[in-house]
Amino acid sequence: MKFVDEFRDPAAARALVKSITQLAGEDEFKFMEVCGGHTHTIYRHGLEHILPPGIELVHGPGCPVCVIPMGRVDDAMWLAEQPDVIFTTFGDMMRVPGSRGSLLDAKARGADVRFVYSPLDALKIAGDNPGKHVVFFAVGFETTAPSTAVTLVRAKQLGVQNFSVFCNHVTIVPPIRAILESPDLRLHGFLGPGHVSTVVGTRPYRFVPETYGKPLVVAGFEPLDILATVHMLLQQIRDGRCEVENQYGRVVREEGNVQALKLLGETMELRPHFEWRGLGFISQSALKINGAYADFDAEERFSMPGVRVADPKACQCGEVLKGVIKPWECKVFGTACTPETPIGTCMVSPEGACAAYYNFGRMHREAADMIGQTAGV
Amino acid sequence: MCLGIPGQVVEITDAEQHLAKVAVNGVQRVISVRLLAGSGLVEGDWVLVHVGFAMAKIDETEAQLTLDQVRKMGEDYANEIDAFNSSQIA
Repeated sequence: MKFVDEFRDPAAARALVKSITQLAGEDEFKFMEVCGGHTHTIYRHGLEHILPPGIELVHGPGCPVCVIPMGRVDDAMWLAEQPDVIFTTFGDMMRVPGSRGSLLDAKARGADVRFVYSPLDALKIAGDNPGKHVVFFAVGFETTAPSTAVTLVRAKQLGVQNFSVFCNHVTIVPPIRAILESPDLRLHGFLGPGHVSTVVGTRPYRFVPETYGKPLVVAGFEPLDILATVHMLLQQIRDGRCEVENQYGRVVREEGNVQALKLLGETMELRPHFEWRGLGFISQSALKINGAYADFDAEERFSMPGVRVADPKACQCGEVLKGVIKPWECKVFGTACTPETPIGTCMVSPEGACAAYYNFGRMHREAADMIGQTAGV
Repeated sequence: MCLGIPGQVVEITDAEQHLAKVAVNGVQRVISVRLLAGSGLVEGDWVLVHVGFAMAKIDETEAQLTLDQVRKMGEDYANEIDAFNSSQIA
């Protein structure tokens, strides 16, 4: 496939790894990839094992499915179980566990839950089912939020009465700041999120080098993109520079997507605070539908329970999301918690760090031994 | 769900509603190009497709530049190290 295959060239990857090894020397570096899409690429292609041992890639909080707290999943299930509601969502959300099972369980109990590829599909279902109310469970960072914005504008234009959005869109900068403020993590730099940046551009990350003194390079999603980004981070450190760079120039522009930002501004506003799984409440870190579109806001149309639910005790998703522990260091990884029966969100989405580890079997021998030892706990 | 895939614009099917047909790996589907309104999108352009929307145009020149840079990153350092290793100043 064009723009994919050429960024997977093994010979170029080998040369790049050699150069990275020389640049790293005998020093140790810890870089965080913020985005779950990067985590997926890293494990799918085994990049962790071709990088020199001194370079550690730490997985960040950038998987929107993984950061949804249990209380919001419970609200979603409550909505799905209301009479005459068709509840729609992305496939990834179907198996995310709430305190009473997942949306898939709600469906098995008789709720009309459907997965859609696009929010526009949900709007079409509303058009096809005038006697029902269609709710779209919107999740995602700034990458996905503009698609919800366009759908809201379209719904209003068409005068649709039976459609609303349960909005759980989150923003990328606050969790990066939370990670930088976290005392238990020492990082040397960031692989910046690629697709979020197509929307927000590269300017919002300037605080990372300016305030926290860490380099950030916005990265693409193919193996050569990731390796080139690691190279660029090391080169900055070796040159004594610290700045925001863009490795993903083929789709990310400095100013982002101005149309998308405008539509977001027209339809949504920042919430004062929002709960993140494992990270707790972060102020101004999520979007809600604004007053002009209140008719399409499921939170306005339904009185949801909105109960806060603590994460299961055994689950260490929070530490995984902050990069404090590796997925396989969690007590329940691969034993009680698997992609088929997930306890925590990181095991659900293919972009979740735990699912990526589990599915691609990228484990060191020591890791496999450790899981054996902790299985009986 | 955050994955984006490259697709090529085959036809602008409805300019007013911002709809276009794109081909992804041989399969054609209609997607929304509302987020690229005003960017002068035409048939043959490549776009990044995410949840039924074109998120960004893919710049072919930039893609080639990145590939060239990637190859250079691999070469430069190796050349420099070879040169260093072969030097005999004293």
